[in-house]
Amino acid sequence: MSRNISRIVRDLPKSGIRDFFEVVQTMSDVISLGIGEPDFPTPWHIREAAIYGLEKGHTGYSSNLGLPRLRRSIADHLAARHGLSYDPLSQILISVGVSESIDLALRAVLEEGDEVLYHEPCYVSYAPSIALARGVAVPVATRAEDGFSLTAEVLRARITPRSRVLMLNFPTNPTGAVLLGDELAKIAALCVEHDLLVLSDEIYCELIYDGIRHESIAALPGMAGRTVYLNGMSKAYAMTGFRIGYACGPEEIIDAMMKIHQYSILCAPMMGQEAAIEAIEFGAPDVEKMRREYERRRNFIVGALNDCGLPCLKPKGSFYVFPRVDGTGLTSTEFSLRLLREHRVAVVPGTAFGPGGEGYVRCSYATGYDRIKTATEVIAGFVKSL
Amino acid sequence: MDSLIDILKSDARASAEDIARRLGGTPDEILDRIHQLETSGAILGYQAVVDPEKTGDSDVTAVIEVKITPERGGGFDRLASRIAKFEQVISCYLMSGGYDLLVIVRGRDLREVARFIAEKLSSIEGVLSTATHFRLKNYKVNGLLMEVGADSPRLAVAP
Repeated sequence: MSRNISRIVRDLPKSGIRDFFEVVQTMSDVISLGIGEPDFPTPWHIREAAIYGLEKGHTGYSSNLGLPRLRRSIADHLAARHGLSYDPLSQILISVGVSESIDLALRAVLEEGDEVLYHEPCYVSYAPSIALARGVAVPVATRAEDGFSLTAEVLRARITPRSRVLMLNFPTNPTGAVLLGDELAKIAALCVEHDLLVLSDEIYCELIYDGIRHESIAALPGMAGRTVYLNGMSKAYAMTGFRIGYACGPEEIIDAMMKIHQYSILCAPMMGQEAAIEAIEFGAPDVEKMRREYERRRNFIVGALNDCGLPCLKPKGSFYVFPRVDGTGLTSTEFSLRLLREHRVAVVPGTAFGPGGEGYVRCSYATGYDRIKTATEVIAGFVKSL
Repeated sequence: MDSLIDILKSDARASAEDIARRLGGTPDEILDRIHQLETSGAILGYQAVVDPEKTGDSDVTAVIEVKITPERGGGFDRLASRIAKFEQVISCYLMSGGYDLLVIVRGRDLREVARFIAEKLSSIEGVLSTATHFRLKNYKVNGLLMEVGADSPRLAVAP
């Protein structure tokens, strides 16, 4: 390959999801359970707030950290909902989606060769973001018998003197796992013991089921000073295209992240920030309505997949299920490709989320109920034919 | 004369078998025709008509007269559809007479309706004025009287 491209980028694998969707793009009439974004349009009052801002000519830059009113709204929301306390003037940064915040945080804290622990299967961007920040990615494999949640025991075995950061994503994309109660407290204690910084990506925290309450590691005693809390508007408020995320944490780290952000991005889009204010202040009923619909769909798809012979846990969060397909004798990729080519239903091979995903596929239920029903009937027929 | 739409307008839950008996044809043909009406947008939805006093509903409903500035090209359409898309708006009509739009709004409480009018509706570029009237009591909704037994009592058998 051309010497114009840096070694780090040359060595970076392309996202497994992208590869797969190249194939999907060439086909018509595909029912997709592969999409990681809500199928609901953004609630109208939120879209209208963006239109209103445009009409009034609010089209300039905002402060680098983001609109002060948005930061205040986020601080109030986090205090009321999750018991987290952040100073809106110095401890909150508005970014272009959570992805940017992850990148900023890693670049702000890592020295070359620092090790970053994260649980796997996990979201596709973690390992590449760590590599781009010149860190060393250390995946910690989670187990189906733990519901793909992280345990302190499994984590401890992977900690070394070079360990610097632990990345958490609960509820998890792609498995829907949650991390709560005693195990969360044990992991927090491990972080204190080994002086680890935590990047906690809680983008799915509003999408949690069975009456469970989400818990943030940042709210545990002694953790606020060593946690960067990451969240955003995309999943809960169905606002993926607005590109608004945020990072909250110790002033020193937010300030360092801001330095990178101001040179590379300057500020998150104004239109998205104005929409986000409306969403955070008045969007709670919309979130609850969508959450209830996701819960109904989850109950259906878990039952349907188990019935057709693909063992599937009932995840407590996010909008994904992660059924096992190794009983069919096919690999994740073979299963997904044949299901797509022969039956026009798209799921994502588990291997896109790390080697631990072999034997599984990710199905998103952020798709209308009727389509989920049809897709599971097709999957049942396919599994039977194998 | 009965048509499929007339039957469904008075009883959306009439079964395909019943309708087939009244109009002729098979239940499957009736279901096909209903499906066509739904996909073409001729039938937009089916809703229960409830008496809020019996369901214990504390929703607040207001009727708002809105004057707006028509625009070149679209007249009242763009603004009307922007207003109509709010979840709180349950009906929105273009009117003749002293104002332009009649907007019926429902909220969980007075605060929600007041916020909608002050922060959303009145602040839209092109909205000139609003006059709000709150609903106090329902007597008849969608052709249905609120009291049970409102019909005059008649003997089951009469000479």
